[in-house]
Amino acid sequence: MELAIFLIFALLALVSAVTVVAHRNPIYSTLSLVVTLAATAVLFVLLGAPFIATLQVLVYAGAIVVLFLFVIMLLNVGREETEGSVTRTGPGQRWGTVVGAGIFAGTLLAILWRTYGRESLDPLTEELVAIKPLAALLFDRYLLAFEVIGLLLLVAVVAAGIVARRPAAEKEG
Amino acid sequence: MSQDLVATLLKIAPFLGFFLGLLAPLMVWVERRGSALIQDRPGPNRLGPWGLLQPLADALKFIFKEDVTPSEADKPLYLAAPILAFLPALTTFVVLPFGPPVSVGGKTINLVVADVDSGVLLFLALSSLSVYSLVCAGYASNNKFSLIGSIRASAQLISYELAMTIAVLAVLLPVGTFRLDAVVEYQSAKMWNVVPQAIGFLVFLVAMFAETNRVPFDLPEAESELVAGYHTEYSAMRFAAFMAAEYINMMALSGLCATLYFGGWKLPFVPMPEAWLPAALVGFTGLALKICLFMCLFVWVRWTFPRFRYDQLMRLGWKVLLPLSLVNLIWVAVATLSGWM
Repeated sequence: MELAIFLIFALLALVSAVTVVAHRNPIYSTLSLVVTLAATAVLFVLLGAPFIATLQVLVYAGAIVVLFLFVIMLLNVGREETEGSVTRTGPGQRWGTVVGAGIFAGTLLAILWRTYGRESLDPLTEELVAIKPLAALLFDRYLLAFEVIGLLLLVAVVAAGIVARRPAAEKEG
Repeated sequence: MSQDLVATLLKIAPFLGFFLGLLAPLMVWVERRGSALIQDRPGPNRLGPWGLLQPLADALKFIFKEDVTPSEADKPLYLAAPILAFLPALTTFVVLPFGPPVSVGGKTINLVVADVDSGVLLFLALSSLSVYSLVCAGYASNNKFSLIGSIRASAQLISYELAMTIAVLAVLLPVGTFRLDAVVEYQSAKMWNVVPQAIGFLVFLVAMFAETNRVPFDLPEAESELVAGYHTEYSAMRFAAFMAAEYINMMALSGLCATLYFGGWKLPFVPMPEAWLPAALVGFTGLALKICLFMCLFVWVRWTFPRFRYDQLMRLGWKVLLPLSLVNLIWVAVATLSGWM
């Protein structure tokens, strides 16, 4: 039963993740991303971490991807990107892709190495995934990192506001 | 395993029966007769006593009307949108408790469909998905009015979700858990949350209207400027699906509001029986009564308030409700720390 659910949703996550990248229509890409996120949320539930699954749906599917859709519809991106615009890439972009892919592949390999190199894994206990222990970790051991991330997000929001306002301010000046 | 499954199905049944079978059709009648009452006209009064059978006639009409799909529409999304509308509507109620824990054959059963630690969060997560139906409908219709309605919907839902979530957070603060049954217990031990958290309740109430796209926040379908907004192109049963989903969304949110601020399934001065079936019955009746009261409020507001302008809507959300909800959160935090709550 569990294996069947895992297989169905793992497959769904993979297929929809490929669709995100491969589909020509940006709206369909974004909606596929929602399916990917929902399927991964189900996998989190199977791992015994319903809280993380809930957060995944609440934050990503419920808020961030809605913003993606909002921007796509507001900018009125065309229904299909033509071949010409897809191949229009600079040389820097290509190298950036290679470096980025290398970093991700390296991280993935390192994780796999560490996981399968060991005899047995630490069990995923209630203490690791429940709300209270997570909160204790977040507001005790990782408090500095937590606050710094908050500050970083604030800076990003202020910066976005300034970038968006600039033309109007220049007009007045 | 199979026993748990049967128990879960038994717990889902009253909600589905009450929401879909009874209250949704009844709301069509209440809405039409209510608007008639407020506008001083008779309203539909031909079919059945007081026109009570009118929803049946409406349903028949929806079934036999022509189901039009625009030729330039994005077919898969166009057909999926009304179905997507039901996804949050028919899932959010699973975290609402409707009775005390009861023991059946030596097993303790909590009278809530999904007994999870992150109860309220699950509700908010599922209800935040409601925007996809509106966005798909507006985009797939290939119609300017629909698209503008969808854009408005996504901006509106994001803006008001924030204030609503912070208001809910303030309710959970003195309770110390995300579980809604604990919220109900806390209120029966102290008092209904609506008294100490009146500001939070006000924020939640306004956000509730905005989240369900009801007047005065029905800008995604504003008929005076956008024809019918995101569902302009929809006809027959698909249009009815949007309407039904809107009503069920309203019911689920009313249930959450009643649980957070008005003592949940507990009615004052009503003793709770011990056995499983009577307890479930009394508890569910309590919750259902409170939901009905909120539904009447929805209708009352719809026919007495004018619609907001779009900039007013955004200003109210970000500059009034969000600061208010933060003030409420700070007040509750201070009160909890100093032991007043």
